[in-house]
Amino acid sequence: MGRPWFRRRSLGFGWRPVSWQGWAITLLAAALVIGVLALLHASPDRIPLVILIVAAYAVVALLTGGRHAEPATAASAPLPVEQPRPPAPTARRPRPTTSHSHPPALMVERLTKRFGERVAVADVSFDVAAGEVFGFLGPNGAGKTTTVRMLATLIAPTSGSAVVAGIPLQPENGIEIRERIAVMPENPGLYLRLTVTENLEFFAGLFGLPWAEERIARALAAVNLTGRANDLCGSLSKGLRQRVGLARALLSDPAIVFLDEPTSGLDPVASREVHELIDGLRDRRVTVFLTTHRLEEAERLCDRVAILNTSLRTIGRPDELRDRLFTKILVVRTAAPLAFPEQVFAVAGVESWRSDSRSTYMLTVTDPGTAAPVTRALVAAGADVLSIAEARHSLEDVYLELVDEDVEARQ
Amino acid sequence: MLDRVGAVMRKEVREFRRNRFVVGTMAVLPLVFLVTPLVTLFRIPDSASGAAVRSAVGTLSLLMLIVPIVIPPVIAAYSVVGERDQGTLEPVLTAPVRASELLLGKAAAAFVPSVTIAYLLYFATAISLRFGAAHSVSAVVWHTPQLLAQVLFTPLLALWAIWVGIGISTRAGDVRVAQQLATLASLPLLAFTSLISFQLIKPSVPLAIGLALALLAADIVAWRVVSQLFDRERLITGTRADHGRVLAPPLHRPS
Repeated sequence: MGRPWFRRRSLGFGWRPVSWQGWAITLLAAALVIGVLALLHASPDRIPLVILIVAAYAVVALLTGGRHAEPATAASAPLPVEQPRPPAPTARRPRPTTSHSHPPALMVERLTKRFGERVAVADVSFDVAAGEVFGFLGPNGAGKTTTVRMLATLIAPTSGSAVVAGIPLQPENGIEIRERIAVMPENPGLYLRLTVTENLEFFAGLFGLPWAEERIARALAAVNLTGRANDLCGSLSKGLRQRVGLARALLSDPAIVFLDEPTSGLDPVASREVHELIDGLRDRRVTVFLTTHRLEEAERLCDRVAILNTSLRTIGRPDELRDRLFTKILVVRTAAPLAFPEQVFAVAGVESWRSDSRSTYMLTVTDPGTAAPVTRALVAAGADVLSIAEARHSLEDVYLELVDEDVEARQ
Repeated sequence: MLDRVGAVMRKEVREFRRNRFVVGTMAVLPLVFLVTPLVTLFRIPDSASGAAVRSAVGTLSLLMLIVPIVIPPVIAAYSVVGERDQGTLEPVLTAPVRASELLLGKAAAAFVPSVTIAYLLYFATAISLRFGAAHSVSAVVWHTPQLLAQVLFTPLLALWAIWVGIGISTRAGDVRVAQQLATLASLPLLAFTSLISFQLIKPSVPLAIGLALALLAADIVAWRVVSQLFDRERLITGTRADHGRVLAPPLHRPS
């Protein structure tokens, strides 16, 4: 697989066979022409017919041109396989940034998609740096899958523009873009009557990949499926099918991998396996565009997230979004209610306070460092302090805040 | 190009192999239809008139030419809408494969079993008639223009039926509808084959080759037309692509 059957002549016209399949086709075509000529007992008045036959052969010959086999370059050579590792969320590498030497993997500007009167995606703009794991969040019907499909050249944007893996998103660039990306839809879309290897062979063929066998072996090793290579996909669990889908996405060593709801419908164990595989992609510096509505997944995996609800609501690192949307709050718990809390909390840095229960106080502060003077004030007032902690907001809080805003706006 | 076409074809053939009912049942229907004319031909005596023999052989050759028309639409009509139904189309469309390559692979996969079955049936019948039927019958069956017409038209008619089937499959919303429509759409070809089989168009070598070339040209045009009909957006979303869109110029941002 991967070797061309014909190659364009360096001089002259047409193609020459370079493999046994090419020679077989050429010989068959020649035998056909000779046979037909023999049948006709070629005579001058049948010259137009002979010309027609030769022209038909020429058309067939023109259509049988194969791709040139390119030697492997450093850029195209497959990256070494790394086995999935247990997650290490606290030791996340610094977020990749764009620079002169590393242009963004994705640049999207004012991308809009309408289906008739219905606006599916409106005026969406963002960049994704090379090697970044980018989360694309939103409720059902927010336009996440539509955006992925536009960037994967499956559907055409109504307006706006984008550059995908360095190539402008234009209809004529579809093939070139698709050669550099991989998409794993929500449903991995495997041929259930074919084995895992046969599924991957098919896609290696569609990508015209050289060294298909080695690539398949590496991709299967990367998702820990080597032992199931010859199993029919129909016999695999949903989690294993997702892994096959991921192996398929890795086959072509893509610059960008689009993962559309990769853990949808998976149990926690299978979800964790997929998370580990995404961590593996991060380690290999593959740009990952992850659409999900599982917020803990985005928070754990993504360098940055964008929240979409037809239009882009916000974008940034999860902690940035929390800071941007929520004021900083200190939660103070004491053994007994304070006698004069208004005096105790009259500390520089405390903007306001409220009491949620008899001995719990929520302080809005300008800086979490205000905890120190507040502690001193509490001790000075003779309070028995049980705890002072910064109130944590999850990405879910951010998400719900934004989506609720949209719901309220619509109402 | 051939890499991708070959990959599609290999995949399709593997799927057929795993689901032998698809190909197996394709051969049953023609066999059933062939029984009566075959029995008639074997019972024709040497003394029968030339017109009677030609008529009986005409019926047989008509049925033989119907085989490549009725078998492939079932497979071809499934080829695109079937993939959409089973959820495998979207991953395929995200691969760097042109519509023409994808469709050519699918057509080749439908072509090979259809033409193989049609040829096997024809040559098995012709050989059995050569040794088992009256000489007058054998002479008409083994008449060179008749053989040539059968050999040339079988693949070309099959190709036409395949392109019609795939064309319908790219636009249909349901596998069953696609298969019904594809079978119906292949029926007009019967008129053409009837004219040849009953020798209303007198078969001759130049005529057979001329018609075959015309069919070949029609098949190539059909391939191009069906490739144009293949609308990724429509297949994925069910709505037609907005080809009148105005895209903003590509981004040129300062780094």
